[in-house]
Amino acid sequence: MAVEVLGTPLALSNQNPTRRISRTIWLLPPLLVLAGLVVYPLVLVAGESFSGGFATWREVIGSVEFRDALVRTVQIAVCSTIGCLLVGTFLAVVISFVPFPGARVISGLVDAMLALPSFLVALSFTFIYGSAGVLGSLVGDSGFLTTPWAVILAEITFYTPFVMRPLLGAMAQIPRVQLDVAASLGGGPWRVLRQVVLPEVKPALAAGGGLTLLLTLNEFGIVLFLGARDTTTLPMLVHTKGIVMFDYPGACVIAVVQVLLSIGLYVALRAALTRQGGGRAALD
Amino acid sequence: MLLWTKPGKIVTWVAFALVFGVLVLAPFVVVAAAAFAGSWNGVFPSDPTASHLTEALSGDELASLTVSLQTAFLGGLLAVVLGTWAALAARNAPKPLARFADALHHLPIAVPSVVVGLSLLVAFSRQPVLLNGTKWIVVISHLVLMVAFSYGTVAAALQRTDDAYAEVAASLGASPARVLWRIRLPMLRPAIVSAASLSIALSMGEVGATIMVYPASWRTLPVSVFALTDRGQTFTAAAESLVLLAVTVVLVVTLDRLRGRSVER
Repeated sequence: MAVEVLGTPLALSNQNPTRRISRTIWLLPPLLVLAGLVVYPLVLVAGESFSGGFATWREVIGSVEFRDALVRTVQIAVCSTIGCLLVGTFLAVVISFVPFPGARVISGLVDAMLALPSFLVALSFTFIYGSAGVLGSLVGDSGFLTTPWAVILAEITFYTPFVMRPLLGAMAQIPRVQLDVAASLGGGPWRVLRQVVLPEVKPALAAGGGLTLLLTLNEFGIVLFLGARDTTTLPMLVHTKGIVMFDYPGACVIAVVQVLLSIGLYVALRAALTRQGGGRAALD
Repeated sequence: MLLWTKPGKIVTWVAFALVFGVLVLAPFVVVAAAAFAGSWNGVFPSDPTASHLTEALSGDELASLTVSLQTAFLGGLLAVVLGTWAALAARNAPKPLARFADALHHLPIAVPSVVVGLSLLVAFSRQPVLLNGTKWIVVISHLVLMVAFSYGTVAAALQRTDDAYAEVAASLGASPARVLWRIRLPMLRPAIVSAASLSIALSMGEVGATIMVYPASWRTLPVSVFALTDRGQTFTAAAESLVLLAVTVVLVVTLDRLRGRSVER
């Protein structure tokens, strides 16, 4: 039976060398599938980027288009993450510590939003900030939709729940008595927040912020749907070069840069959070 | 707790309502409203109509809904099976190998979806496996993106379950297959069901990888929504997004019913 060894308790099987081997064997099928579907294609992408030697690399890396996109991507990701951290912290503090009727419904809503597609936000912006929409009818065509700020605002809207969820979890762990004692000793709200709440939720804040930075660096749906002309990001450039211009080697060069950027950030985050302890699970 | 005066609380709540309402909630409400609007030239939508919705549920648009459902079920199911298998196997494997498997299964989270799409396009447009132009390249792209979440969810639940039950069953003479089927999997059921509903929901809304690999014969719903937006038919696009949302919510709620009580420690 293919699944036998999966259920074998660790303690019983440690002594037996044949069992040790067979325990390992059951991990091979999923590893082989991933090797074929993830690792092999990524290796081919790296290979394809060198199909013309270093010429393609020099050409792409040296282009203004690439450098602009790289700077734009990082700018948008950093601004969005800062925005998400500010908005998410405020919302989570109110839900946790200044509760109102219906606060639980809101935190349920936040959970549900994590699974929604990001392009919905971009689509709604056409009606809210477009020339014919809510804002357009009030102040006329502001041109806001075609600026990078529209992308940043859309990403803050979409990714704020990703910061809120770990924060709400961490804040639920803080004993309410601690806050009451701090207040009774004369600590004002700001001081209680800074000295009691903030130290407790720091790992959650780091985990949520890190995940958001990673996801905003890789965000594609929002940028694609808003289609702002001067807002080309790296994922957008991969799409344009690969699908619109059929320039596979060029697209692969950008893909390699993007993968190195995200994996580097991801590994750094996991290392930092493991050192901090407790926060790792929130990144998974 | 934090604020003790009534005015302080009220000011905070008003600020909360404004920020949450305008920034987080409004976009979703607006899409729903636009789905039923004939035009939107003022602060509020006007000319209520159901014609966009009927349009979104007919012809090509209906076809892409069925394509999306098939992709989500196939990709999601495969991702859950693979993720659960890997999580269970990694639990019993030697430490270094388990850590390697853990890292490999998390890799797709760190790779942008567009790059996942591009890599599949590069890999499967050539020998030995030609999949470009078939629906399978779309299914595989969704499988790759969802497997990390399935693995993560099941592995986390596995860490919280008590091995004692499985050990007792084994010591009483239950075969490993029986232990897996009667003890391990039932204890993991809530995690497996959440993994499935998360995979299906994310797959229904996937854009990045799909738009890189989809053949004309296998156009998913988000791709159709993009095509509509690109042509300026934003109201039909909103109606179709609403259909997407409604179907996803029904699927997730139905799966949640199957979840049952958690038996985690």
